[in-house]
Amino acid sequence: MIYADNAATTKMSDKAIEVMTELLKSTYGNPSSLYEFGQQAKEVLEHAREDIASVIGASPRDITFTSGGSEADNQAIVSAATFGKKRGKTHIISTAFEHHAVLHTLKKLEKEGFEVTLLDVHEDGLVRPSEVESAIREDTCLVTVMYANNEIGTIQPISEIGAICRSHGVLFHTDAVQAVGHLPIDVEKENIDMLSASAHKFHGPKGTGFLYARKGINLTNIIEGGAQERGKRAGTENVPAIATMAEALKESVSRIDQTSARLTEVRDRIIEGIGNIPHSALNGDHAKRLPSNINFCFEGIEGESLLLLLDDKGIQASSGSACTSGSLDPSHVLLAIGRVHDVAHGSLRLSLGEDITDEESDYIVKSVSEVVTYLRSFSPVWRDLESGKTAHIL
Amino acid sequence: MALYSEKVMDHFRNPRNVGVIEDADAVGEVGNAKCGDIMKMYMKIDDGIITDVKFETFGCGSAIASSSMATELIKGKPLTEAMQLTNKAVTEALDGLPAHKIHCSVLAEEAIKSALEDYENRKKQ
Repeated sequence: MIYADNAATTKMSDKAIEVMTELLKSTYGNPSSLYEFGQQAKEVLEHAREDIASVIGASPRDITFTSGGSEADNQAIVSAATFGKKRGKTHIISTAFEHHAVLHTLKKLEKEGFEVTLLDVHEDGLVRPSEVESAIREDTCLVTVMYANNEIGTIQPISEIGAICRSHGVLFHTDAVQAVGHLPIDVEKENIDMLSASAHKFHGPKGTGFLYARKGINLTNIIEGGAQERGKRAGTENVPAIATMAEALKESVSRIDQTSARLTEVRDRIIEGIGNIPHSALNGDHAKRLPSNINFCFEGIEGESLLLLLDDKGIQASSGSACTSGSLDPSHVLLAIGRVHDVAHGSLRLSLGEDITDEESDYIVKSVSEVVTYLRSFSPVWRDLESGKTAHIL
Repeated sequence: MALYSEKVMDHFRNPRNVGVIEDADAVGEVGNAKCGDIMKMYMKIDDGIITDVKFETFGCGSAIASSSMATELIKGKPLTEAMQLTNKAVTEALDGLPAHKIHCSVLAEEAIKSALEDYENRKKQ
């Protein structure tokens, strides 16, 4: 099996499983309990907070543990909106290809009277800092732009956007779920006010994540019921998972240079191979993308069929076709970079794991090529393209 | 639990009656690429009987399986019987489809009806 869907979730590392198993046995006390056994759990929790803060260049008190990236995104946006509204600022800037945890939260705020500007991400899948600046108004309370896109892997000019926001006195949040643990991040240097992360994207456990919010930002509770996390997020802390997240993050970051170099090499080898398939195109900028991300569109085929046949060949991947999303429209990300519906249905995302071998990468290229050729052999869309009845666009 | 039944996967992996009939007596095409599904059916019809049928499909696993099953259900059958084939019959023959994939079986029914309509139109000319 070649698991190439690491943007969906990752395998927990051996170290993470070891740490978590031990903590589940030994550290089940409630950190809010006053006796020593509870306080030991509290110590483990605070130690994890320090580790995570130091990895992203933050202060421990700026880290709030959440159930994952979606909750962190929700809380960051709602907090900025609440703060803004009190001062009469109800305009938010974001992009058309954010994760739905951001887009759906913004939709909800629109119903409450907020005005949202979604910036164009252009054909290369990159936000232009100058366009962020032009979009900022007197009443803008928040700019939220993802660090790296979850489908096409493009890495945004975060520090430049952050600098612009800071110079205009506007809060800047970034959904860094795909970036944390995979790219070096420093919230101070990159002018980031708020950042969301999720443990299971960097070989940690599911159901755990964190929100970084710079000192002075007053978070709004979205879960009420207790004084945990300085009163900003109720619920008994999942100490074993949180501490394991910290371990997994340290482990990932400690070898970021070597995994990046290795993955970039394999990624480019696969991009070159798949790029040789006629009438295919890479989605998103090639250079400014996550080392693990490959995303292609193929004319004349539909993504779900492609995924099922790749699964038969032992390759697990993902697609932005409507059939895989359960809606009638293909991926909003692919539409945002200007792919037409017909082509967006025929997309494939491969997100590589660090242990991928050269043989496996060659096998991926060979398999994708075979499956695309096979599906095209009985596709009426492909027949029309090849006969000249319709025009090729890729 | 797998997304699809064994029957669906069998017809998806080994689709029956795939291809084109160059001198078809009837051709039907339904769906559109924008929605992600297109089915095209070709038929040879002799004395009111569908003697051969082939299909081409652009679509998901269940769209390909539905096309395959639909062609199996009408091959060698009289036109009157083919005309009455419902999407429900296609779905049942496939041991069911997930709720959001039922439209694939509807498309298969429509592809057959579209081809039969084409046949009627050709006869009139």
